[in-house]
Amino acid sequence: MNNMTNRTGRPGSNAALMNRFEMTRRLLAKLSHGEAVIGGIGNTNFDLWSCGPRPENFYMLGSMGLAIPIALGVALGQLNRRVIAIEGDGSLLMQMGCLGTVACRAPRNLSIVVMDNGLYQITGSQPTATATVVDIVAVARACGLTNSHWATDEADFEMLADEALRSDTPSLIALRIDDTSGVSQTVREPSWIRDQFMRGLGVKGISGSRA
Amino acid sequence: MMIAALETESLPRSWHSVLHGVLVANDIRLAAYVPDNVLRPLLADIDADPSFDAFAVTREEEGLGIVCGAWMSGLRGVLLMQSSGFATLANVLASLPVAFQIPALMIISERGTLGEFNYGQALVCKTIRPVLDSLAVEHHTCSRLDELEFVVDRTIRQAIATQAPAALILSPLLTGGKVFRPT
Repeated sequence: MNNMTNRTGRPGSNAALMNRFEMTRRLLAKLSHGEAVIGGIGNTNFDLWSCGPRPENFYMLGSMGLAIPIALGVALGQLNRRVIAIEGDGSLLMQMGCLGTVACRAPRNLSIVVMDNGLYQITGSQPTATATVVDIVAVARACGLTNSHWATDEADFEMLADEALRSDTPSLIALRIDDTSGVSQTVREPSWIRDQFMRGLGVKGISGSRA
Repeated sequence: MMIAALETESLPRSWHSVLHGVLVANDIRLAAYVPDNVLRPLLADIDADPSFDAFAVTREEEGLGIVCGAWMSGLRGVLLMQSSGFATLANVLASLPVAFQIPALMIISERGTLGEFNYGQALVCKTIRPVLDSLAVEHHTCSRLDELEFVVDRTIRQAIATQAPAALILSPLLTGGKVFRPT
């Protein structure tokens, strides 16, 4: 048994329970260099949206599990821009292979934040495998993402996030979060979201020029 | 010298060198793939080309996410896979490149027809075109070397101009396919 798992509780259970919206808000408050943020489906996405409009944000709708692959694509396309994927535990369980792909590519500009409540919250709070046995940080490390950590509390998350934003290796921060629902729901207009995001990344100009 | 030159001119270009050339000409510089035996010579051409960032992904869904993210950041990419792998993509196609109007390019090597020896491959192959048609995704089946450059180049240009995903299916008539060799 290592210090990341605790057989009497769920993986990462040494960490304090945090609030997803509050932690998302604190993360976004640190961004001042046009960092791109990709929000996974469901409440992860809703709380990113609830933090306020930002042209460098991409709000994924459907395509469960693809926040990290989309973020990797953005990171490979714009090597000088920091890219952050915010993903949920259920979604990451669906596409764990992407952690190995990220470690293989080793982008210098990609940071991953996993909001782990151990629940498929949006479908009725059925338990995920992280509620009992799967330790997201241990999985990430075993996939080659050695710069992976549980945030033990709010202050620790802030410190880890500051480090991640400066890091030149891909990183993963996992947070244990409570079961509060997202504050508000993302507007469901995918072509508008994509257009705004591409303008935010400077790929489309305000004059309407195309990539 | 003359004879050598004539022989060079008369040698038909390979399907994979034509495809590689059209991808380069259209500034496609990222290739995510789930490997396939039929695609092997094309993957080798792309892997050997330093202008490409080419790498294997663990699932086709993951590769489509990467290609869509890359497009939005200004980097053109392609996802290469086998027909059985394409069959895992219906939900991601509908919810990401189709819904968000992203011109994700897919190259699919076609198994399951013209000499298939695996019944599962033969069945899943029949789902490719109905899935593409039901999502109104432009697709073409490439079966002739003399048409290949035109079909691929025009498909890429149309995808980008109309901001819509597109698929190119490589028939065994073009590639030779995968042949059953009894032991």
